[in-house]
Amino acid sequence: MSESLVASTPIFTPAVFRRSLGDALEMAHGIDAVAADERAASLAKRSLKKESKVWGLKLVIGMMDLTTLEGKDTRGKVWALCQKAIRPDPSDHDIPHVGAVCVYPTMIPFVKQALAGSGVHAASVATGFPSGQTFTSIKVEETRQVVAAGADEVDMVIDRGAFLSGDYQKVFDEIAEVKEACGPAHLKVILETGELANYDQVRKASLIAMFAGADFIKTSTGKVSVNATLPVTLVMLEAIRDFHHATGKKIGMKPAGGISNAKLSLAYLVLLYETMGTEWMTPDLFRFGASSLLNDVLMQIRKEKTGAYQSGDYFTLD
Amino acid sequence: MTTTLETRDRLAPGAASSSLVEWHYAPSLEATDHFKLASRYNLFIGGEFVAPHSKRWFETINPATEDTLAEIAEADNEDVDRAVREARRAYEKVWRKLAPSERAKYIFRIARLIQEKSRALAVVETMNGGKPIKESRDIDIPLAAAHFFYYAGWADKLEYAFPNRNVAPVGVAAQIIPWNFPLLMAAWKLAPALAAGNTIVLKPAETTPLTSLLLGEIIQEAGLPAGVVNIVTGGPATGAAVAGHKDVDKIAFTGSTEVGKRILRATAGTKKKLTLELGGKAPNIVFEDAPLDQAIEGIINGIYFNQGHVCCAGSRLFVQESIVEPIIRKLRDRIGTLRVGNPLDKNTDVGAINSRAQLEKIQELVESGIEEGAEMFQSSCSVPDRGFWFRPTFFTGVAQSSRIAQEEIFGPVLSVLTFRTPEEAIEKANNTPYGLSAGVWTEKGSRILKMAAKLRAGVVWANTYNKFDPSSPFGGFKESGFGREGGMHGLAPYVSLS
Repeated sequence: MSESLVASTPIFTPAVFRRSLGDALEMAHGIDAVAADERAASLAKRSLKKESKVWGLKLVIGMMDLTTLEGKDTRGKVWALCQKAIRPDPSDHDIPHVGAVCVYPTMIPFVKQALAGSGVHAASVATGFPSGQTFTSIKVEETRQVVAAGADEVDMVIDRGAFLSGDYQKVFDEIAEVKEACGPAHLKVILETGELANYDQVRKASLIAMFAGADFIKTSTGKVSVNATLPVTLVMLEAIRDFHHATGKKIGMKPAGGISNAKLSLAYLVLLYETMGTEWMTPDLFRFGASSLLNDVLMQIRKEKTGAYQSGDYFTLD
Repeated sequence: MTTTLETRDRLAPGAASSSLVEWHYAPSLEATDHFKLASRYNLFIGGEFVAPHSKRWFETINPATEDTLAEIAEADNEDVDRAVREARRAYEKVWRKLAPSERAKYIFRIARLIQEKSRALAVVETMNGGKPIKESRDIDIPLAAAHFFYYAGWADKLEYAFPNRNVAPVGVAAQIIPWNFPLLMAAWKLAPALAAGNTIVLKPAETTPLTSLLLGEIIQEAGLPAGVVNIVTGGPATGAAVAGHKDVDKIAFTGSTEVGKRILRATAGTKKKLTLELGGKAPNIVFEDAPLDQAIEGIINGIYFNQGHVCCAGSRLFVQESIVEPIIRKLRDRIGTLRVGNPLDKNTDVGAINSRAQLEKIQELVESGIEEGAEMFQSSCSVPDRGFWFRPTFFTGVAQSSRIAQEEIFGPVLSVLTFRTPEEAIEKANNTPYGLSAGVWTEKGSRILKMAAKLRAGVVWANTYNKFDPSSPFGGFKESGFGREGGMHGLAPYVSLS
């Protein structure tokens, strides 16, 4: 009888990881948009047990990058956000702190101070956020400075102009340089999927970012009209899964923008669970970039505990 | 060699979950208290539910629990004869004389009533057949209504379907339908026949008669003239009586190739028109440039949709040799995430096997695969103690000559084969007595067109699988049958042209 095709080939041995654009492009096959959308929609229909729901909502809080990225950000605003990040619901000690507070670079020294000893990470956007249309030297220098100022995590943007004009080498090199400038800080690479036109490009950009050294890949800046969606997150998770199989390296995922209610955040967890398994269900490997999600999640947790919805006035606006 | 695959729920918990509750879906059961089944269902003949002349009833069960749902009348020759007589009378006296636009109104009414009662119909379909509620709710019932809507629209436009011809109905149609999509198959058969002006004797499958009988109640409620649609339930003898009745003008059969051949022999030398929609062993062909993760979804949907009880199931997977490794790895992982269990649970992906007989047939063929030396991969998911269940399974190292590559299993069992070139894929794909459907996965448009032209299959899906629409014709090549259902083509078997 014919020899087994599976047993004869060592399919689970990861290849050696190289920082190579060629390897990234080789794995960048097409995505069928209709089927990807269908898969994401079918997973969004799963229904969760009550305990799993509460467990999931707490996990969502722990995975949250509480974000404020506005020109009008002040120390007062950022300080309030940090307090919320450390103790999302002071009346409920079961509620964990969020994953990180995400701000513009100049706020980092202050955020670092406000969060000291709390376990909440300080994250900064960098590299000419949100457009990325500045000189590479400035991007690298900005990264170096925010890390020096205490940022634990850096959220960079890719150069979409270079990407869409086919200059993948430039995109790749820039990420690699920023990664180096990050030193010990974690690097999240924002693809700005809303500007990449289709899922084929999303997959390609995901792979380029991962092969260039990203620790996380992230959908959006929150500054364009189309932000994170379930199918885009699915396509990126599948790229992460393939990259893990190929190299053995675990890369995190961060959908950002547009995730404003608890129900939707749980749909993201279902997508994560079915695509990556429980291994990825940790703040180390999944984050939500959100500003208004937290209060709805808190409200849902309290509803599960008390059986009734409470007025929005019971949840602080920060 | 046999490998039991870990399910998603059994994966080692990650850092986040180690000290906390595990992540579980809720048993999210569709309610069953919004309707009540009768304890006994009679034959629907001449617009009334009548006790069978046979004075015999048989039990119909829920294959997921083996509980009895109701007693169903068993029609004997006398009952079938009465049904055909009623159909003949209704044809000559009423239906053929009715203005086509009036026929359309009745058919539209049936479509709307199916929509109104869709929730109960979906639950009954799932309870009687074992299919997951998400499929009966989202696919079977809406598509059944869509078929009636679609053909209602054709009723007064037949001369546009057959330009420059005189279009007349055929007469009395005997329609025998299978157990895998009970209500949907009834809709496929009834809708075009009614639109073209024929009257009908419908014979539902022995194991899944309930939704057809509920459709009988809907037809009654819609006020269809008595005798236009008659529904006779029973086993193979009833089916043979329906197909063999001398006053039937047209037979439409969907089911096994074996029975199809028997009907073909029995109708030889008669004037009866015949269409057969029979078995399949469809190739699902994945090229190296395919969108892999979506192809995996297509493979899963192709073979595990409705527990593989699908005549057009993509049961032979052909993978280009350069991508065998990632495809097998992804397939293994994906099978572990399939949720097998209570079909009424909205989270269930794979439900119960339709009957004990079918389960035994699946087991027998899977045994033959193991004996022939193929390597089996099977989900380790737990299945309920009662009822008929088979875990999602696939075989690698399958030879073209293996029984599991040749014979229709009609269950959740996939055979994986490989190819090197498009020519080889076409040759192997066509090397079967069947020819109902095929799937092609590639990013290259020109290759899709070439494959579609060369594959000897009635339906070729490109970068998708198991997609159905009332406007699209469906039917087979070779031993998968002849005649088309659906679309404008689906009218042809029900008209006589002059």
